[in-house]
Amino acid sequence: MMLAPFDPSAAIGGGILIGLSAVLLLALNGRIAGISNLLGGLVGAPAADVPWRLLFLAGLVAGVAVFQGATGVVPAARAAFPPWLLAAGGLLVGFGTSLGNGCTSGHGVCGLGRLSLRSLVAVLVFLATGVVTAMIVRHGFGVA
Amino acid sequence: MARLLVSIAAGLLFGVGLVLSGMTRPARVLGFLDPLGAWDPTLLFVLGGAVGVTLVAFRFVLRRPAPVLAMRFQLPESTRIDRPLVAGAALFGVGWGITGYCPGPGIALLASPTWETWVFLPAMLVGIAAHRGFAARGQGAVPQETPIASSAQV
Repeated sequence: MMLAPFDPSAAIGGGILIGLSAVLLLALNGRIAGISNLLGGLVGAPAADVPWRLLFLAGLVAGVAVFQGATGVVPAARAAFPPWLLAAGGLLVGFGTSLGNGCTSGHGVCGLGRLSLRSLVAVLVFLATGVVTAMIVRHGFGVA
Repeated sequence: MARLLVSIAAGLLFGVGLVLSGMTRPARVLGFLDPLGAWDPTLLFVLGGAVGVTLVAFRFVLRRPAPVLAMRFQLPESTRIDRPLVAGAALFGVGWGITGYCPGPGIALLASPTWETWVFLPAMLVGIAAHRGFAARGQGAVPQETPIASSAQV
């Protein structure tokens, strides 16, 4: 199998920071750092429950912006990617994470950390459909 | 007030972790999901690093009676492997495999917006709102994090 060039130390280091973020939020505030639930909870949540969610999301965006500013590396948009396909994918990501009550952070980072069987099932399922879909879209339809 | 500062700090850490690890780049994520091309193992290392930390630290955190700054831990209540869980995860995986974005990197798109930001993000929010609309009208069961006792669920 051919491997793409990658940086294992940056990947593990970044993963550790994400894990520490989840530990910080749970240990101090008692909350799960799951992005889809953080977002979904903005709608129809008690007013007192909104600010911390917004601040976490603002912090996330700021962290990315500061890092990109410091390194000068900003990802370019995919010029050839069909916008309708990106929109369809976005709909599925939103609907699916809301229905399944979690995403890669909630079920993956936090749920696996809690040894939740429910989260393990969710992770295996979205990895499986993700792999099949990525292969079909990229090789069946030649979209990249 | 202290809790809000913790939220910002945790968000910052999360964002830096995402971008440092390369997970804000859909090419890396799709390179992992698609083993037919040159396979990119990055995501495995990221998830390994993150779960390595939570797996160890959550043991100690959830042994405490309550979090430091709040009355109680608010953890997901359900432990059932049910149809919404599997169907939701399956649909999410399809969207993830198409776009290379899960919700975290989707939000991170706001840091340096391109056309992808203004297509993916609104679509994801509409998807969330659509499900919550269905759930509110249908079974009256919008998923919520419900406060329960602090014991870790094994």
